[in-house]
This record gives sequence, C-alpha cells and structure tokens, in this order.
Amino acid sequence: MAEIKIMAKKSWFLPAILGIVVVAIPPFLGGYIQHLLILMMMWITMATAWNLLGGYTGCVSFGHCVFFGLGAYGGGLLLLHWGISPWWGMIAGPILAVIIGIPIGLICFRLRGPYFALALLALGEAFRIVFTNWVSVLGGACGVVSSRTWGVEKLPYYYIALAIAALSVYVVYRLMHSKYGYYFVSIREDQDAAEALGIPTTRYKMYALIPSAFFTGLAGAVWMNYIAYIDPEVVFNLSGISIMMILAVMVGGAGTLWGPILGGAIFVLLNEGIRAAVGPISYLIFMVIACLLIMFLPDGIIGDWAKIKRAFRRKKPAYVGGE
Amino acid sequence: MAYLEINHVVRKFGGLVAVNDITVGTEQGEIFGLIGPNGSGKTTLFNAINHYYPANSGEIIFKGKPITKKSTHEICKLGIGRTFQVVKPLRRMTVLENVMTGAFLRINDARKARDKALEVLDFCELMYRKDMLGKDLPIADKKRMEIARSLAGEPELMLLDEAAAGLNPKEIDAVMAIVKKIRDSGITCFVVEHVMKFIMGISDRMMCINFGSEIARGTPKEIASHPEVIKAYLGEEYAKGAAG
Repeated sequence: MAEIKIMAKKSWFLPAILGIVVVAIPPFLGGYIQHLLILMMMWITMATAWNLLGGYTGCVSFGHCVFFGLGAYGGGLLLLHWGISPWWGMIAGPILAVIIGIPIGLICFRLRGPYFALALLALGEAFRIVFTNWVSVLGGACGVVSSRTWGVEKLPYYYIALAIAALSVYVVYRLMHSKYGYYFVSIREDQDAAEALGIPTTRYKMYALIPSAFFTGLAGAVWMNYIAYIDPEVVFNLSGISIMMILAVMVGGAGTLWGPILGGAIFVLLNEGIRAAVGPISYLIFMVIACLLIMFLPDGIIGDWAKIKRAFRRKKPAYVGGE
Repeated sequence: MAYLEINHVVRKFGGLVAVNDITVGTEQGEIFGLIGPNGSGKTTLFNAINHYYPANSGEIIFKGKPITKKSTHEICKLGIGRTFQVVKPLRRMTVLENVMTGAFLRINDARKARDKALEVLDFCELMYRKDMLGKDLPIADKKRMEIARSLAGEPELMLLDEAAAGLNPKEIDAVMAIVKKIRDSGITCFVVEHVMKFIMGISDRMMCINFGSEIARGTPKEIASHPEVIKAYLGEEYAKGAAG
C-alpha cells in the first residue's frame, strides 16, 4: 500500500496526460496499431483483475483462464444455442464468471499459498477439457464462430476495451483506498493476524474474487466480440492466459495500481508488437525479460521503482535480492 | 459471575495435554496475570480463548455468552482483542496502516479510521513511527504496534501475550505504563508474561500454571512466595528453603 501513496503524490498530472493520449490519439493510428491497443486494453483489464486477488489479497491464482473463458463463452453459448447477438455476452459473460467463481472461491479459499495456486491450476485445465469434449452443450473443440459487428472497423472495439480497462482500474483504485483494500492487504501479509483483528478472511477473499472474476470475464467477452471466434484451447489456455496474466502483473509490479497497467502494456508490446518483425521469437523475448525482471526486480517495475531510480543515480547495479 | 469465564478448558496436541482442565475468571476492569514456566500452556490457553486452537472440551464465557464455538474473527468483533507472543506485523504496511486495519473493525470510513488510528498511536506513544513499514520496526515497537492495532478495534478485554518479552528495562517500563493506561481506560487485561518485574508490578490478581494445570492463584505477593511456584521455576531445593 505504500506504493499507492508514492504514485498518489504525483497527483493527477500523469493520469490526465495518459487519459488524453489514449482517448485522442488512436483514431489517427493504423489498423495494426489499433489492434495492438485493443489487446493492450484487454490485457490491462485482465492484469488489473488478477492483481486484485493475487497481488493485493495474496491468493495467487493459476486458473484465471476459467473466468476469461467463461466470460468469452457467456456470449458464445447464447449465440450457439439461441442465435443471440454476442454483445449480450458483455453482460452474460462476466455474470457467468462470477456465478461459477463463487463456489470455486468457497471451496478453494480453504487452501492457502501453493495449494490454492495448484487447485486453481487444476481447475483451469478441467474447464478446458470439459469445454473441449462436451460437444452438444458447449460446442466442443470447434468452438464458437461469430462475426464482427463493425467489419474491419477497429475503433469502436478500442473505445469499449478502453472504457472497460479504465473502469477496472478505477474500481480497484476505489476498493484499495477503502476498508476493503486494507483488509485485502492484511490478509496477504498475515492471515492469522488478520483473523485476530476481527477480519473474516474467507469472506474478504470472496470480495476480492468477485470483481476479479467479473473483470476477467468482461475481458473475455471483449475478446469474443472482437476476435469473433473462440475455442477452448485458446480461452482456457494455461500458458497463454493464466500464466501470462501472472507474468504481466509480475513484470509491472504485483500489489500496485500501475503495475498491471504497465505490465499488460509491455506484455502485448513484446508478445504481439514485435512478432511481425522477429517472428515467434517475440514470445521468447518476453519470457527472458520476465525472468530477468523477476530476478532483479522481484516487486516489478513499479514496485521496485525506487530501486531502479537508485541504480541509475549511482550508475551501479541496484541492491539485488530484496525481501 | 466473572467477566471472562474459563470453565474446565482442555486442549490436547496428540498425546500432549497442553491445557489441562483450567478454570479461571477475570473481573471487569482488572489486570489478570498468568505466569508459568516455558511450555506450561499459557499461550495455548490464549489460543483456546480466541479459537485459534479451539478447546477440546470445556467452556469459555464472555459477558455471559458462550464463545467456545465462535470463530476467531467473531470473538474479536465481540470485544476480545489479542496480541501475539511471536509478533505478527503486517509487514509491508506502514504502522499507521497496520493500526488502521485494526480500527476498521468498528469504523467503515477510511478517514475516520485514520483519525482513530492516529489517536491510538498517540496513546501508545508510537506516533514517531507511523510511516515506517511493519517489517522495519525494532522488536519493542513491533510489540507496541500489536497493542495499538488491537486497541484500535476498541476491545473490552485484551489478551496480551508476552508484551514485554525481549525488551530492555526502559522499554519494559514504557509498556507497563501503557498497559496500566489501558486498564485505567476501562479495558480488562489478561496478561501472559515471563518478565516478573512486569507482571508482578501491574497485575491485580495472578495465576500460575505448570504442565497445563493450575498450581497457584492469588495476589502478586502471594504468588511470589508460593512454594509450588518457586518449585516450578527454581526446583525442589529452593521451594524447601522458602517454606522453611
């Protein structure tokens, strides 16, 4: 929480500039850049959502693809069975993610630390397999194909994704500056102490899970509408979705407001942005950078910002190892 | 009827009976001291009271209501605060944020919780540390922060688990003054302590346990000269000397 204060000192100057840039500039950019920006906003939403549960509350989830996939399939199933426009998935998807998320939380929050992480990892895989094989109800491996509402026009999708990303950041910001935020961080720091301070820890973990599942599901619904094609191997993918959400947050800084924003942007830039230039090796480049950052800046770029500044000022390596 | 009643509480860990049929009660507004050699079951009794390690049998009654089956956070909400022997600071939160977390028990608004936390920090003479991270505090201040954090939740009864252990004489005096201030503000204190200077100096009544069972009860003076207590701490030889 100390990190929030550091950022807050700079007042509204930086966010205001950033806000103007992300709203005003994109119409003048090319289609490919707009595509990158849409993905960026999606990943910022997902990283911010993951960060609420994993970064602030300390429940490291390796299964957030469940919520992403359910968010995407919420609209997909409406289309598949009743031919309803996948735009309704923007409502159905996140709600489905929350409805499924609540029993998952009630069961898995009995576990702590690595056991919780592994339970969710297994759950993510279970969802992938069920959605791949249950052809009659869930469409099976073929997935669901829809069509883009606005053809090749990307700008509407961008503004929707931007609004969702901004909303997710705002919600997390408000939560973290209220009683909920203090309770989330205290559960991360010491669950036993939190209990002894009168905090119903399981209930507050649920309060972190619900918005986290909701916004991850919303990002999934954006994906469904924008890409217009979903299949279980993509939306319930362990390495492609669950792990990447964690890495994006780790790179930016877990437990910080700006970390997931920066991390999500860097992830898309390195993963997608340079793919055209260097091919599949872009994936490798992101991984190597993630490894180095986790080694030298375990709290991420934002979390270890003081360390980075110190390193540049002294012109010698920063203190390595940390906590 | 006592304020906090502990009736025939037993807690076992496998074959070890850590707390063996303890019956004790504290009166409202007093400082009740609990002493005993290492491993005698003092902390386990605290853990049984706030349901951290629930009692295997027996009953705990607070203000006439049984709390034996209630969970840790519910017991705290009912007005029993506690500090830990092995301090549990919220490591990456500042002292102020630590205490605010405690204050949120009764206050929902962040600004009011902050005011309450500042008030409590002032009470505990910890104001000068308010912006330090929990993990960076020296041990004496970590212990004091635990008291402040618990106090911010406005408890009616505080379980203080070795608030003075590992502190130097000057720091012990300061904690003693704070505990007395807490008692004077109307909060009942149930204190576990090894530091005799501390517990003898502040307790209104005391109990001594050994191997999970009560061996003596009375005023600090009575406890200090009780042969069983001396035997438990110093051995048979000294007990004979004291009796004779």
